[in-house]
Amino acid sequence: MTTRSSDPAFAKPLPLATQTSAPFWEGLRRGEVCLQRCEACEAWVFHPRSNCPRCLSTKLAWRKVAGTGRLHTFTITRVPTAPFFADEVPQMLAVVELDEGVRIPSTLVGVAEDEIVIGMRVAPVFEPTVGGESVLLRFTKAWAPGPR
Amino acid sequence: MGLAGDAAIVGLADWKPARKYAGAPRFTIEQFAELARLALEDAGLEAAEVDGLVTARIGESSNFVPATVAEYCGFAVNFAELVDLGGANSVGMVWRAAAAIELGLANVVVCAIPGRPTPIRPGSERVLDPRWFYGASSPEYGSPQAEFEIPYGHLAQNAGYAMIANRYAAVHGYDPRAMAKIAVDQRTNACANPDAVFHGQPITVDDVLASKLIADPLHLLEIVMPVHGGHAVVVARRDRKPRWPHRPARVVGCGEHLAIKSPAYAKDLLSTPVGPASELAFRMAGVRRDEIDLACVYDCYTITVLLTLEDAGFCKKGEGLAFVRDHDLTFRGDFPLNTHGGQLSYGQAGGGGGMSQVTEAVRQLRHDAGVRQLRRCDTVYVSGTGGVMSEQSALILRGEA
Repeated sequence: MTTRSSDPAFAKPLPLATQTSAPFWEGLRRGEVCLQRCEACEAWVFHPRSNCPRCLSTKLAWRKVAGTGRLHTFTITRVPTAPFFADEVPQMLAVVELDEGVRIPSTLVGVAEDEIVIGMRVAPVFEPTVGGESVLLRFTKAWAPGPR
Repeated sequence: MGLAGDAAIVGLADWKPARKYAGAPRFTIEQFAELARLALEDAGLEAAEVDGLVTARIGESSNFVPATVAEYCGFAVNFAELVDLGGANSVGMVWRAAAAIELGLANVVVCAIPGRPTPIRPGSERVLDPRWFYGASSPEYGSPQAEFEIPYGHLAQNAGYAMIANRYAAVHGYDPRAMAKIAVDQRTNACANPDAVFHGQPITVDDVLASKLIADPLHLLEIVMPVHGGHAVVVARRDRKPRWPHRPARVVGCGEHLAIKSPAYAKDLLSTPVGPASELAFRMAGVRRDEIDLACVYDCYTITVLLTLEDAGFCKKGEGLAFVRDHDLTFRGDFPLNTHGGQLSYGQAGGGGGMSQVTEAVRQLRHDAGVRQLRRCDTVYVSGTGGVMSEQSALILRGEA
């Protein structure tokens, strides 16, 4: 009988790249944020797709971007969103709007609770998962002035 | 264009919500059959008259769901639908049934969502299934949520709604006491409803704000109460009988809208799908907002109610907190809302919780709501919300003249 600690179904979930999204995850391993841009309608696209969500074109090209943006919203959890995240409470869950206009669900790191303000500038943090399976894109408060 | 109002809710069944159901577990199809029997009995209709059904997902089959339900209940139908809109299922079921009736496809349509415990396979034990933690989020391979949200801890519902509330606070300001008042007024309603799970347990604004913080800024008492229960309605051609046992609730307007699964990608996090859904419903019904006698607003969280009041047009964007402060939302008040107690205080029987908003609307239209009965109730607004404000639906119901 499997116990909870040995059952992989109860391990912290990891991202599993697909053929479509692989360049995004490969970019993070190099310390780069890469987004798709539609060559037909010039839309920036996130999450990665096979077809542009604005015009359905398949002409999506990968571009390296700065990865900077603004905090769109956040919450600090007092109860884990699932048992797998008990070790991360309080979770600083965030949605970041990159300067290209796309939004990314992520977390804030290296920020005190009382420093978090919606609209603040944020910068990417490339954080390998504990087992080194992947690199996650987290964000922290950016000190450099950015576009307003 | 739109519904003519020829279909009406003529029967209903509510299983009293329970924190823990004391009876024997039954399969979803068994519960569906029993809820159908009760709702048909309430409508004064025979089982043989059923020629349409709408179901949500069931535990006993992952596909061919409508046929599985039809066979089990003994229904031969011309209209069968599986609705997959989460908490918007209830409203989505009712308008689909009404539309099928107006198209001439069916005359008597059963819509049921059971929510009592189901049996487990003999020899196995009830084990904690990690899939339960994901709620509205999909952990399947290839799901954008599995890849880009879940690994960061973005999953289930609490955090998503909390992030919407925080965005609201940053853009329009926030008043935790007004948010708490939404829960308090509904609890007052629940205390006038002997079926509500929190009947006899009044709360204050301070109680809500003193309850455990789950995800800033949402407290425990601002979050829906899961219960065991179940609900069903029968939608029929209103002229099928010259006289019905109860006043029929005509379905005169409906709307539905969805564009995203995850709120992170919403074009505007504070402009929710219930806006366009409600606009369609009001326009179709030819009803003004000030003609609504009762609002049955899907209330998985206080923030859902706040945004629905704004987006459905009961007040302007950004003025919801003032609206809540200025109005008494109880059954005695000037803007009665969720007079049964809402899912916050009546209880949410799984995916069927939203059907309690429909059945309360019908009870009030029938003038059969006991001590919480509104003096005047002819026109009701009902909303449904699935996921994290992803799919939303709206209904306008009108009591038969």
